[in-house]
Amino acid sequence: MTAYIVRRMLYALPILLGVNALTFVLFFVVNSPDDMARMHLGNKRVTAEAVQAWKQEHGYEKPLLINHSAQGADMLTDTILYEKSLRLFLFDFGQSDSGRDISHDISQRMWPSLAIAVPTLLVGLAVNITFALLLAFFRASYLDFWGVVLCVAMMSISSLFYIIGGQFLVGKLLNLVPISGYDTGLHAWKFMVLPVVVGIVGSIGSGTRWYRTLFLEEIHRDYVRSARAKGLSEHWVLFRHVLRNALIPILTGVVVVLPLLFIGSLLTESFFGIPGLGSYTIDAINRQDFAIVRAMVFLGAVLYIIGLLLTDISYTMVDPRVRLD
Amino acid sequence: MAFQPVILWTDALIYLLLGLAAAMVWYTRRHEHLAAPWQRVARSRTGQAAMVVLLFYVVVGVLDTLHFNPKSGVDDQGEPIYSTEVLSLFDHIAGSLRTQREKTYSAPFATHLFSKENIEQPDGSMLRDYPRLIYGGAHLQLGDDSKLQDIALKALSGALKGGAVWLMLLIVICRANRDRLARLLGGRLRNPWHVGAWTAFGLALLLGALWELSAFYHVLGTDKVGEGVFFQSLKSIRTGLVIGTLTTLVMLPAAILLGIMAGYFRGWVDDVIQYLYTTLNSIPGVLLIAAAVLMMQIYMSNHEDDFNSVTERADLRLLFLCLILGVTSWTSLCRLLRGEALKLKELEYVQAARAFGVGNFRILLRHVLPNVMHIVLITIVLDFSGLVLAEAVLSYINIGVDPATNSWGNMINGARLELAREPVVWWSLLAAFVFMFTLVLAANLFSDVVRDAFDPRLRQQR
Amino acid sequence: MRGSRILHAISWLGMAFLAGCEGQAWNDPYRAGASAGPVFFSSFSERPKHLDPARSYSSNEWAFISQVYEPPLQYHFLARPYALVPQTAARLPEIRHYGHDGSLLSADAPAADVAYTDYILRIRPGIRYQPHPALALRDDGNPAYWPLVPEMLDRVNRLSDFPLTGTRELTAADYLYQIKRLAYSPNHSPIASLMAEHIRGFADFAEYAKAAHDALRDNGEPGQWLDLRSIDMAGLEEIDRYAFRIRIERKYPQFIFWLAMNFFSPMPWEAERFYSQPGLDDKNINLNWYPIGTGPFMLTENNPNLRMVLERNPNFHGELYPTEGPEQDRREGLLDDAGKPMPFIERAVYALEKEAIPRWNKFLQGYYDNSGIGSDSFDQAVQFGSAGEASLTDAMREKGIQLSTAVETSVFYAGFNMLDPVVGGDSERARLLRQAIAIAVDFEEFISIFRNGRGESAQSPLPPGIFGHRDGEQGVNPVTHVWRNGSARRRDISDARRLLEQAGYPEGRDPKTGGPLILYYDTPAAGPDSKAMLQWYRKQLEKLGIELVIRATDYNRFQDKMLKGTSQIFSWGWNADYPDPENFFFLLYGPNGKVESKGENAANFKNAEFDRLFLTMKDLPNGSERQKIIDRMVEILRQESPWMFGFFPKAFSLHHAWFQNSKPHLMANNTLKYKRVDGAARASAQEAWNRPVLWPLGALAVVLIVSILPAIRGFIARERSRAL
Repeated sequence: MTAYIVRRMLYALPILLGVNALTFVLFFVVNSPDDMARMHLGNKRVTAEAVQAWKQEHGYEKPLLINHSAQGADMLTDTILYEKSLRLFLFDFGQSDSGRDISHDISQRMWPSLAIAVPTLLVGLAVNITFALLLAFFRASYLDFWGVVLCVAMMSISSLFYIIGGQFLVGKLLNLVPISGYDTGLHAWKFMVLPVVVGIVGSIGSGTRWYRTLFLEEIHRDYVRSARAKGLSEHWVLFRHVLRNALIPILTGVVVVLPLLFIGSLLTESFFGIPGLGSYTIDAINRQDFAIVRAMVFLGAVLYIIGLLLTDISYTMVDPRVRLD
Repeated sequence: MAFQPVILWTDALIYLLLGLAAAMVWYTRRHEHLAAPWQRVARSRTGQAAMVVLLFYVVVGVLDTLHFNPKSGVDDQGEPIYSTEVLSLFDHIAGSLRTQREKTYSAPFATHLFSKENIEQPDGSMLRDYPRLIYGGAHLQLGDDSKLQDIALKALSGALKGGAVWLMLLIVICRANRDRLARLLGGRLRNPWHVGAWTAFGLALLLGALWELSAFYHVLGTDKVGEGVFFQSLKSIRTGLVIGTLTTLVMLPAAILLGIMAGYFRGWVDDVIQYLYTTLNSIPGVLLIAAAVLMMQIYMSNHEDDFNSVTERADLRLLFLCLILGVTSWTSLCRLLRGEALKLKELEYVQAARAFGVGNFRILLRHVLPNVMHIVLITIVLDFSGLVLAEAVLSYINIGVDPATNSWGNMINGARLELAREPVVWWSLLAAFVFMFTLVLAANLFSDVVRDAFDPRLRQQR
Repeated sequence: MRGSRILHAISWLGMAFLAGCEGQAWNDPYRAGASAGPVFFSSFSERPKHLDPARSYSSNEWAFISQVYEPPLQYHFLARPYALVPQTAARLPEIRHYGHDGSLLSADAPAADVAYTDYILRIRPGIRYQPHPALALRDDGNPAYWPLVPEMLDRVNRLSDFPLTGTRELTAADYLYQIKRLAYSPNHSPIASLMAEHIRGFADFAEYAKAAHDALRDNGEPGQWLDLRSIDMAGLEEIDRYAFRIRIERKYPQFIFWLAMNFFSPMPWEAERFYSQPGLDDKNINLNWYPIGTGPFMLTENNPNLRMVLERNPNFHGELYPTEGPEQDRREGLLDDAGKPMPFIERAVYALEKEAIPRWNKFLQGYYDNSGIGSDSFDQAVQFGSAGEASLTDAMREKGIQLSTAVETSVFYAGFNMLDPVVGGDSERARLLRQAIAIAVDFEEFISIFRNGRGESAQSPLPPGIFGHRDGEQGVNPVTHVWRNGSARRRDISDARRLLEQAGYPEGRDPKTGGPLILYYDTPAAGPDSKAMLQWYRKQLEKLGIELVIRATDYNRFQDKMLKGTSQIFSWGWNADYPDPENFFFLLYGPNGKVESKGENAANFKNAEFDRLFLTMKDLPNGSERQKIIDRMVEILRQESPWMFGFFPKAFSLHHAWFQNSKPHLMANNTLKYKRVDGAARASAQEAWNRPVLWPLGALAVVLIVSILPAIRGFIARERSRAL
């Protein structure tokens, strides 16, 4: 087991290298450091010296790949590639282009993201499984048919509509919860209600449909037939056998997204003004703060790879038939 | 000639796509085993209804793809001069829909602007009131109360015309055979064609009424600069379709080739390809798209001379967006195909072909590729609706299509601010919602039907 | 079933919570009791980038730091036209002009005779800084947090984690230290290059300090603090503990306005030494995020991701509310607080609010005390009377909301790139073309569509309130407008067509191609709103038969294009730094050309007579002679038309009845101290306006129950049928 995990982690290294190389190309070929400097200095009274000074301060004045003016190993290390990209492997994200420490910001902003994402995932899971079980129970009836149609209809609505509609209805017309914002600690709960509810409602369509498919697949297995032949009642069959066996794909589907919960949801967070990592990323994109975007891309990739690893491990825990070797 | 044809990049790709589709239809019709799943699709009632709706969207989209420069005058030698403005056949058909612009917002079927303005009276004094629209309801007399009646009459006559067109089409299809027509509409054919026909009937009534009304009113109101929302929504259809289809088209060759190669050859080829898609997959898609869109903008401003009109620039941005979305979405298909190719490789007839010394390339082409096509097809239809929805989200982050392009995403994005107005300007959002919802719902229903028809495993379970 | 049980539990929990906060509206975004006292609530939409007074140059940052830092001068809160009054200074600076031989000249000496000018400032004694750890002393008199022990560093995450604070008296040296900071290149002060032209010895100092900085860095001690006190600047002199002198090259009458800007606030050197210690920067504890000043407020919570909190500075030297003001202000109650000690507010809470819709809605719910008006909520709030005067709608008036308006001291214009071969240059053809376009682009319509009438069509580059601006018939731009029925009317489009024909483009046809003339409009705009605006620009030129091609790029590329001079038509705005015509005309002064010298003259306009007049005008005191020159300059601009003058934006802002002393001031940012909030009135209004509407929840529950019953029946029936 340990050997397997170590092997998987080693396998992750070249992938991260690839991610890093790709982002490097995108971010430094796309916008030259001059552009960034001008962007960040603002548009009043910007001189060439100020641009140069900014680049120097943020370490963008160095050559991209190879520094011909330096000696020995410095030829490779005194470059933007080394300073700005390879440092990420040490989780040293450095300073954002506006001068704030990125690691510090990330460590602060991941909590609001989690506060929204975890309840959305858990409650959403419960709701979706409930509905899916209901549809599976009434399969091949009108309830099932219209349920599926309803799911498809809900899937066909853009997530933006759920957010806009939710804010309009609950926050503005009904005065039930604050329209947007956030607070620290336990006071956060009233800001969480609306984003979580909107997130759940938005996921009902696709979630329910997907779990229904999983359950139906199990229902048609032989062991279910034999269980039913033994005279077990239908809901007992569903709970005892179908749900338990369908848990494996459900669990693995959930585990792979777990680490990504840290990153939060881009849309929800910016609409509701939640100071999480999702809105952090969006802001960075809008302000063209490449240092942050780079850091988030890297973090996202790392978390994704962790998710894959967790999935593999969880497989063995749920299903003893699967062996890791 | 009264016009000069223009072929934009996305146009060319759409023509290519249509050509491919036509070729596939032709090929499928000649092969019984390929046609069978489509027969199953035709046998589904949902499939029929969805297909008709999709067909309507496709027709609008294709009409909007035929671009040209209209003639704007004649020079000294009598040679025609063409405007640099790029119009489409759809613009031409829409005619007054496109040109009848008001000053700013007006509600659906309104005769006055949505906000008060200072109007100068003939005697020079100023009056603060809702100004009369230039086009909307212009045929009505001032102070006339007959607006509702007028709308009802026009809608009725339009619906009648629509119904007549529908009937004529059916007569043509049935080759003027009354018995065949009766069987079709009565649902007495082997396939439920009557569902499709009646859906088309409903659609024809609706469109006829809307079309008739839109000559006199802004049926879905006007936006901030007074452009008709109905026209915008129709124009957005092409953008939605392009994103939904071209994205898949551009990523298909890479996904198919790499996918089956990885599964078939195994070894280092497999390793490299797996590495490639795992790496791409692990970058959050939105970030990759954002970075790439920025890159394209820079390319465009460095090569300004290549694009001399707004349309071309917007078109290239659209194409590029498709490419980027393709790059982020080919990995899942690739993985599926790899798995399938792994299985196929072990099958007896492939092993036999290898034993006979048939070349690898030939085996891939003749034996592997045809047997994974159903997966490709299912992926295409499944991805379509997701891509249409993605466009709206990307527009929100300002990395979507060009702001000059008509798209539902841009409409929704603009509508965010309109919702805060009081009274609320709801029609842009509603129009975008209805048009997008209809398309995505139809596509989702259709894709369900297609998947059921093509995936034998699922079929057995039903 | 499990899911619904969980849901049930959650809603039950929610109810319990709600019952716990009785008396507070459900949708109150603040903690219980937070809004009862004299607390001010507002929002900010973009997180500030720099709170360092040497660096900060945008109004959203100044909204915070102007409450904290105190430059020697400030603007009078009520007086119009804008007037400077002392802030920490004992009186306005003494200005002395000296000739080339070093002799003292009279105040009205011609600029050519003046070699240098001295500004002598005396500050009031006894002013103390806010409590701050950088000034904290141990019992033995040594600084408590310098050098910082590592154990302390580990325990600190925010500035408030330092247990000890201290203060000290403000001295003249602190002002001089800050001026040196402006010159020190690692601080990236945006006005460094401008000040280098004016303050004696500034450039030399900058060079020397830079060398010292580099030497320090190369010695392997990056981030090491360089004590700027050890380096002298020729133009600065500390006369005594409370007085200092700044020596300006030649004559620069506008310098006095800079003394009211945050760039010239005092900075205690201890603060810089404190912040430069290693490890603090990694926790975002630096001068950019934690200001230190003598002003009425201090920044106590700095979380740009969530909210910023200003709290009353206990060491504030005290200031009295102005006792004089225009008669109208007295009638409106703006002088009710005359002579009372300020500030009136204990705390000011600014919440991050990026989206316009929630911000507006929260304002209407009473959770923000003031608000601007977005274009889209405009009709809801404001209506125009028959004479075009703005007033609030009934819905707003019912809530007691009040409106204040002011024409901003800024100009929004569309410029032609004068280096462009088609629209630019000195030829008659190009001039006529520019004039024709200037008529065709109907900014009155622009104002009414995109700004809901919140603007005034510009007839010259000078906004109202700036010396040299002319109102009424005298102020009409004869090229684009005519005076009719008591107001300026845009010329008919036929006039523009005639000009265009004279220019050699009949009906907008380009004789070279035979097709319509194609022009290019460059813009960095990409938002949803800009699409409509771009369409509008195209429509304007369509009236002349000219085809306008929109080249929309991102902001970087747009900047790049402007610098290279490859644009053709563009729009831009300028917000005045200080109320003087020089600050507008320099945007068209030839040597400031964007391409030539990376200056602010984006149109690259160059006209010998204009440039000559500009040099004379800028050194003259306000008076009839200056007005005459300005009139001539405006005339040149109208004829040459390098700009379509566009409009002067009008600021409309709303505030609730409990928020008092709100008079818009477009130059001053330190106005929070004048404001007064009635917390009790706000609390009762909030409660009245935010009664939760519960019946939809009840209805939902009923629908659920009703639909569950048949479901249970179906469940049982199905169970049976399966069992059989």
